Amino acid sequence: MPKPAPTVDEVTKPFWDACNQRKLTVQHCSNCNRFQYPPEKTCANCGNEKSLTWREVSGRGTIITYTVMHDVRQRTFQADQPFNIAVIALEDDPAVKVFSNLPGTPVDKVPVGARVKVEFQAVHTGQLVPEWRVVS
Amino acid sequence: MAPTQNAPASVYRRKDKLGVWEHRGKVAAVGVGHSPADRRWDGTLETSLGAYSLIAAQKALDDAGVKKEQIDGVVAVPTGLGDAWGPERPYFAPPYDSEDGLSGVSADWLVKNLGLKNVKWTSHGPGCISNAMNVAAQGIGDGMAHTVLVLRATGNNPGRYHQSGTPTADFTKGPQTWEALYGWPGGIPQFGAGFEEYCRKYGTNHDRLAPFVVNLRRNGLMMPEGYYSQHRPDPLTVEDYLASRWISKPMGINDCDMPIQAVACYLVTTAERAKDMKQKPVYILNHGTWASKARSVYQTLAETEEWTDSMAHMMYEGAGIAPKDLDIFNAYDGFTLFTQYFLEAFQWHGVKRGEAHDFYAGDISVEGPHPLLPSGGNNGSGRSRYWHYTDTIQQLQGRAGKRQVNIKAETGLAGGPLPASGNWMMFSNSPD
Repeated sequence: MPKPAPTVDEVTKPFWDACNQRKLTVQHCSNCNRFQYPPEKTCANCGNEKSLTWREVSGRGTIITYTVMHDVRQRTFQADQPFNIAVIALEDDPAVKVFSNLPGTPVDKVPVGARVKVEFQAVHTGQLVPEWRVVS
Repeated sequence: MAPTQNAPASVYRRKDKLGVWEHRGKVAAVGVGHSPADRRWDGTLETSLGAYSLIAAQKALDDAGVKKEQIDGVVAVPTGLGDAWGPERPYFAPPYDSEDGLSGVSADWLVKNLGLKNVKWTSHGPGCISNAMNVAAQGIGDGMAHTVLVLRATGNNPGRYHQSGTPTADFTKGPQTWEALYGWPGGIPQFGAGFEEYCRKYGTNHDRLAPFVVNLRRNGLMMPEGYYSQHRPDPLTVEDYLASRWISKPMGINDCDMPIQAVACYLVTTAERAKDMKQKPVYILNHGTWASKARSVYQTLAETEEWTDSMAHMMYEGAGIAPKDLDIFNAYDGFTLFTQYFLEAFQWHGVKRGEAHDFYAGDISVEGPHPLLPSGGNNGSGRSRYWHYTDTIQQLQGRAGKRQVNIKAETGLAGGPLPASGNWMMFSNSPD
């Protein structure tokens, strides 16, 4: 399924650079000992900018819910409707949620509660972006 | 006069445990005015949002028995819910030479074109009528004005709704990135996935919304000002609902309100002045505003329930009433997948967490003991987010026509839209 390409900016560049090395990283605030996703310029909890670092995480997680998209607004996805969008809680901190189209999982057959593992897909610019696949 | 600005943050009651509202019972809604309701704008200036605003405002004045000269304040929601008219499409001669009057109507546009000469206070409550009503209530209570028109124009221009802008691009940037990479922008998938989480937790399913949605349309067909009652007076059946196409499963097309072109206006004033007006005063007991941010990219059911619980507590506490005292319940329904969150948070008619769908299976008709959303809401009359206010005011005035409930109608709630953010108002037919 073709995805749009992310626009890399100052805040997100470390995330996308790590993806291109097939590593998943998440912002972490040393003040709060708290992961933060999506990335922001400052910690959403304490407001500190300098306390944020990038930590590599396992990329494993669990599906907690999902939807099956039948009428998406984005042109890039319309040819592939309907498609799954799962919500995944990361193993390193279940408060961090990520989305996935679950490559390899049939439409509307999303196994809530199943474990998943990160993989990386290239978009039309060559940038690698994270995706998740159910671990059998 | 400088262009009207959005109301400052200080006018909103944003926190739980603020105590009873300081102006409780001292501000009242009296008049209601509606324009015709159309599916889309047909491009003629006679049916523009500006023209419809003049109709709705004059009807609100007439309904309250108030003259234009008595109006000293205007609060509006300055932008509509649909796409802009321009800049690709040409504008018209004044006063239709900008978006103002075409895709939304500001307080300034109304003051100028309705010919309101004695207005000393204007303000904007962005987003929804619920926001503007809160701004008006606090402003009147604080003495900014005494007789105020509150206007909401919501348009639907020709073409598909909300199809312009970033969501159609091959690139994504900014905060949307983390959603747009997976086909998740714009909130819709959140609503479907959030509802799926609710169903999994409480052992229910989408089809159990059918009696609720069917009843919304039934109530809407008893709302003379609504789109469906004017243009599509056929009931929605359970079979229609169950056969409707999916948007973001488990959310179908009939779980989404239909965009329309229409305007409503309310006359809100001090309790003292309301006594001399044409309709019975409906006193405002409290107003509240809620805005929360999810911990991560997805708003969990736990967050939804925590936030709506706090918001409901804030509304009851500020109004000085308890769930058992609330008669009329008109919470947002524009996505029908939300209403159970509000119903359970407010515990209207004793409904607790996880019980809403069982409640929907009972008698929720306006004639029965549990007349849920007698307005019919946005699904009953089209996407405007103001039917809830019209109905609550009219129920408490005893003039809701075929929708008038048989149960006691002394207090009422209206508001929305999102579990994460919105504005709410508690009403009573008594100031005490």
